[in-house]
Amino acid sequence: MSQNSNTPHNKNQTTFTLDGKTIPFSEGQTIIQAAMAAGEYIPHLCFNPEFKPHGSCKICTVTANGRQTASCTQQPQVDMMVESDTKQINDERRALLQMLFVEGNHFCPSCEKSGDCQLQATAYELDMMSPHFDHFSPNRPLDASHGEYLLDFNRCILCSLCARASSDVDGKNVFSLAGRGIKTHLIVNSKSGKLADTDFTGDDKAAHVCPVGVIIKKRVGFAVPIGKRSFDEHPISATPHPIVKGAI
Amino acid sequence: MSFVLETATNPENLRRVAIDPVSRVEGHGKVTILLDDKNKVHQVRLHIVEFRGFEKFIQGRPYWEVPVMVQRLCGICPVSHHLAASKALDAIVGAKHLTPTAEKMRRLMHYGQILQSHALHFFHLCSPDLLFGFDSDMAKRNIVGVAEKHPEIARQGVLLRKFGQEVIRLTAGKRIHGTGAVPGGVNKSLSLAERNELLKDIYQMVSWSRGAVHLVKEMHHQNPELYNSFGAFRANFMSMVGFDGGLDLYHGQLRARDESGNILFDGVDYQNYTQIIEEEVKNWSYMKFPYLKSMGKEKGWYRVGPLSRIQNCDFISTPLAEIERRDFIEYSGVMPMHAPLGYHWARMIEMLHAVEMIKDLLHDSDIMGSDLMASGERGFEGVGVIEAPRGTLIHHYRVDENDLVTMCNLIVSTTHNNQAMNEAVRRVAQQYLHGHEITEGLLNHIEVAVRAFDPCLSCATHALGKMPLEVEVLDVTGQQLSSLSRSSENVISTKLSAL
Repeated sequence: MSQNSNTPHNKNQTTFTLDGKTIPFSEGQTIIQAAMAAGEYIPHLCFNPEFKPHGSCKICTVTANGRQTASCTQQPQVDMMVESDTKQINDERRALLQMLFVEGNHFCPSCEKSGDCQLQATAYELDMMSPHFDHFSPNRPLDASHGEYLLDFNRCILCSLCARASSDVDGKNVFSLAGRGIKTHLIVNSKSGKLADTDFTGDDKAAHVCPVGVIIKKRVGFAVPIGKRSFDEHPISATPHPIVKGAI
Repeated sequence: MSFVLETATNPENLRRVAIDPVSRVEGHGKVTILLDDKNKVHQVRLHIVEFRGFEKFIQGRPYWEVPVMVQRLCGICPVSHHLAASKALDAIVGAKHLTPTAEKMRRLMHYGQILQSHALHFFHLCSPDLLFGFDSDMAKRNIVGVAEKHPEIARQGVLLRKFGQEVIRLTAGKRIHGTGAVPGGVNKSLSLAERNELLKDIYQMVSWSRGAVHLVKEMHHQNPELYNSFGAFRANFMSMVGFDGGLDLYHGQLRARDESGNILFDGVDYQNYTQIIEEEVKNWSYMKFPYLKSMGKEKGWYRVGPLSRIQNCDFISTPLAEIERRDFIEYSGVMPMHAPLGYHWARMIEMLHAVEMIKDLLHDSDIMGSDLMASGERGFEGVGVIEAPRGTLIHHYRVDENDLVTMCNLIVSTTHNNQAMNEAVRRVAQQYLHGHEITEGLLNHIEVAVRAFDPCLSCATHALGKMPLEVEVLDVTGQQLSSLSRSSENVISTKLSAL
């Protein structure tokens, strides 16, 4: 656990402060990695400790010595003053979340990932009470072509974890992000664009890293009752990583 | 075709009075009445503004989402949609027979739903009319007034509903919009602690439910003239009954009787519902008008819900409710009871039955079992029928080889009762409004008739008698002559327009 700022620590250990708490870190660690190792929560979506940081969602933004930076890519410096749980930063995180919600079609009431969804849990954590912005309501048909897995693109937050897992771990390159800016979208790398025409299987790492409800194992649905889901008993800030249910 | 008072001959020469929205019902609806200059009624219509988008936007979604998604049709009886959809989709996963634990958990959830919905309707929405009178002081004609004048009745109503909600919470995971039933079974059973929590109060609930039946029965005996004739009309009955002919609100086969109580059909497998039911579209209503194909549009319309179920079944399996059913049948005499106010009596008998069933299930160890799911040969089409609090509820789906829904058809209870509710308001308009100056109390008579059916007007908004109501009297050119309005604070104001 983290040490109180007044608690003496090993003089040979390098540390920084996170919201007034002393956090030890070692060479090569990023702020979020050190914080996580110390049991401190910094909200995040595209970061997964099993993968190289991507730095795209910006939910993990903190101020380091007064300058805003993504804590998943920024390495701490000795005695760096890092602030995360402040009103200003949380307001900005909430706005980012609201934009993610309105860009896709996130119908939590009927989504089988409800209770296991990192986007939903982070929104609860940051007291997001409404989408605030106008919904884009995009038309994104499902890809149900695969026998065992279904892709619901409506829920994609462009974290690229599936693409990273497929290329870096599975060596298959099944998923990619295509397009630019607001037109960025998830695609399947097959001639038909359908998952059935790839060599994707349920054993792939990519099948188990989606923090939302895009990559869904078919015919499971609501098998886990309310009360037993990942975030039913504890908020995401108190749930140990890996937070995606079913992660290997 | 058109029924008596459905369409006026010369509507352009008549005044239009609208009750919009009808209050103390679930959701939004309105009644329009066309009157001539002597206040004679020429046309009465109950309009229900239902947006049935679910049948469309469920298409293209994976079938396992459906029981959770479609229950959002309603906040009052979502369990009914949840279970009807699950029953339909059992066929998709090939679950011809559920495990005993799954079937009993679903039944427990359903009886909890019947209990909470019936208690809500009788105590919160209708008891003010029945206890105080249809045209009594409007300021007190609500559940708050009941709590002041009859605190014990109000308390029992609140706690009966709460108990039903707790049954739902422990079987579905949440009081409203849970996830307990899944295609092929359920996702949880009861723990010993959960079972004991419900057992603690069940005998009190049985006692109070019995008291509620006696209360409404006494009303019928004290004022038979009103209760037997108010808005009365003759109609066919339809409901699901158990395979043994007994009252079964969860599973069985379809049976219909004519207005004299003679069997029209029996033992119909609800998978074949399209062979017996047709739906007519009318240009003045968003809601369809179902009828029995064999009898045609004019004579084939029918009534569903408690009044049909109690008179359609041969017996009730639970002893206390069976005693009350026999009393009801004896009171009705040779002919079936057709009076809309009889719905309240029948509804309370069902509530008693539901509580007795909950008691029996809580004593059955299967509800704490661990065998939750069944499966079999994959199917592509399924029909699920359940007797929801308001009547027969039909869900029908087709699913493609990729597991996505390609077709959805829902016939909800209130739709079955569309023509019957229209008949009831027309009778009441003839009985009470014809030739009289319109007052708020008289208009409430129309609403009392609608409320008797406990219609769920699609969005489950709670009105509790506080919804604003506006009545406008227009001349033949559309100019307003006078108006009567009720604000959300129950303040009534009338206004005569300058001529």
